[in-house]
Amino acid sequence: MLEIKNLHASVEDKEILKGIDLKVNAGEVHAIMGPNGSGKSTLAEVIAGQEEFEVGEGTILLDGEDLEELSPEERAHKGVFLSFQYPVEIPGVSVTNFMKTAINESRKAQGLEEMPANEMLKKIREKSELLEIDRKFLSRSLNEGFSGGEKKRNEIFQMAMLEPKLAILDETDSGLDIDALRIVANGVNKLRSKDNAIIVITHYQRLLDYIVPDFVHVLYNGKIVKSGTKELALELEEKGYDWLKQEAAV
Amino acid sequence: MDLKEKLVSSFLAFEDSVDLDHPVHEVRSEAIKNFEAKGFPSKKEEAWKYTSLNSLQKIDFSIFPKEETNLEYKDVKKYFLHEIDTYKIVFVDGVYSSYLSETTHDGVDVCLMSSAFSKPMFRQVIEVYFNKAASQDESLTSLNTAFSKEGAYIYIPKNKMPKKPIQILHLATGNEAALMLQPRNLIVAEDNAEVQIIERHQSLTDNEVFTNSVTEIFAGKDAIVDYYKVQNDAATASLVDNTYISQKDSSVVRVHTFSFGGKLIRNNLNFFQNGERIDSTLKGVTILGDKQHVDHHTLVHHRQPNCESHQDYKGIFGDRSTGVFNGKIIVDKIAQKTDAFQQNNNILLSDKATINSKPQLEIFADDVKCSHGCTIGQLDDEALFYLRSRGIPKKEATALLMYAFANNVLESVRIPELKARVNKIIANKLGVRVGFDL
Repeated sequence: MLEIKNLHASVEDKEILKGIDLKVNAGEVHAIMGPNGSGKSTLAEVIAGQEEFEVGEGTILLDGEDLEELSPEERAHKGVFLSFQYPVEIPGVSVTNFMKTAINESRKAQGLEEMPANEMLKKIREKSELLEIDRKFLSRSLNEGFSGGEKKRNEIFQMAMLEPKLAILDETDSGLDIDALRIVANGVNKLRSKDNAIIVITHYQRLLDYIVPDFVHVLYNGKIVKSGTKELALELEEKGYDWLKQEAAV
Repeated sequence: MDLKEKLVSSFLAFEDSVDLDHPVHEVRSEAIKNFEAKGFPSKKEEAWKYTSLNSLQKIDFSIFPKEETNLEYKDVKKYFLHEIDTYKIVFVDGVYSSYLSETTHDGVDVCLMSSAFSKPMFRQVIEVYFNKAASQDESLTSLNTAFSKEGAYIYIPKNKMPKKPIQILHLATGNEAALMLQPRNLIVAEDNAEVQIIERHQSLTDNEVFTNSVTEIFAGKDAIVDYYKVQNDAATASLVDNTYISQKDSSVVRVHTFSFGGKLIRNNLNFFQNGERIDSTLKGVTILGDKQHVDHHTLVHHRQPNCESHQDYKGIFGDRSTGVFNGKIIVDKIAQKTDAFQQNNNILLSDKATINSKPQLEIFADDVKCSHGCTIGQLDDEALFYLRSRGIPKKEATALLMYAFANNVLESVRIPELKARVNKIIANKLGVRVGFDL
């Protein structure tokens, strides 16, 4: 589904991604781990189309289609979703209205009619129950005054609503207490299917106890320095990143 | 003949139409002298540095309104907040329209200045309040005072509240090639009274209209006054709004100014705190395009201890539009424990748009909290990326963000239907078509 080849990206002439290769098939969950500043969030944002980054060499293919020339909204329409590490507050626009707008814009781009109001409501009800979100919460302004945990839960609610082909969860576990983590992970697991793929970016093993990955990659200094199965995450938890840094330096 | 000469020489003719024995006439006579001595303000004056009235003075405005022109309600319905029941004081080309209005004397007085000037029962209120808050010095206010004859008169006695909000609507039909209007409003809310007022000026054609309006608002102890100014006029309509507010102990006065249209708008909004524990709120949303110009000059004069003032003005400027925000706060020496807050945030959408923002603080007390902030910038890129990553195209996402930026000023609007209406105007103005009803 996703195929990244030799991806380089920089911001203000500073190279952050230095040749990433990553292949994610439908039905798979990949975890990307790594120390601070290794380029994890950059990779997530570059896939989603953040224009702040200059993509040099390399390609990102989604189902064989090169994403390079596509705007963030076009990528979203093709099924790319990024759960933000720091979701932005939008006063005056309720969660519900925001979701209606996002869904209908995607449908419009695909030549579909707007989703009928009753179908929309049904979907909102279903997905908010999945994430155990209080109905009152949905009429509040998007992310405004939300706690860290509420923001993250709201991101996954948006993911559930938009049903992306490829979801990238950027440190969705940060700011979550254990109960919220369980709810969010449970939500994500219910959204897993043979047709979609998920990339989980995290510092910690904790989230991976709940969202069990098929593959784990370690990103360090703009490159994937090690890949393995879920056991690699446990090893990292135990030994930290230093041994990998040394290995990478050799 | 320039406009000043025309106005001064018309004063004699104006005198034929009013009661010369009424004490108010002495006030008028003094005022025309002041205007004659000072004339229209020029850009040489600091307070008018960024707003020029020169081109308006070259237009040959008709000064005296003709008789009432009939308008059908259905043709002007959209300019009313018609979703709710309200009292209405409506003027067509400066003349009161009884047909479009709904006034009352049921416990409160919602009627006309011309009645208040002529009927003995209102004489006492006029003597106590008329021209007592308005500046005796400022030339445009004097000009209005000199020709003061018609406008809205609202008197809410102690402990009373009108059954519904009040709308003041000034319509210009274009019967004159160019029309100058000078409405004069007096609003008195006695102790513990409460009132909500919506004011709008609307020109119905492309003919030039120049309105020089003066509103005096008096809030007694514990009174609550909400005043909403909707400025969304035609591109050939200009407005100088002079509003003077005098507050007593523990009163709350909130003025919201929504400036979306018109050629030139100057808002002189002046608050005088003549008591303790007063709350004054000044909020504004300005969204301009083309060559529109809006100038907000605010003054909050803290004259007594333990009072608050809150100012929050947001502006979005496109094309070649120009904006001015000048916020003056004076804290007298005895006004200890004053809490004065002022915020002015602006977004420029074009290289040719301009905003001049200036806080002016004169603080003579030593135990006060005064904060002010001003920003001028573009939209937040991170927020834009967030919306786009959800599939919302750049243009819509930009509009949505501007909408969000302006929208939070509306939180303190206490008439939900008005809030919805202004939201809709903002959305239309910004081209937000977000697939839901705002």
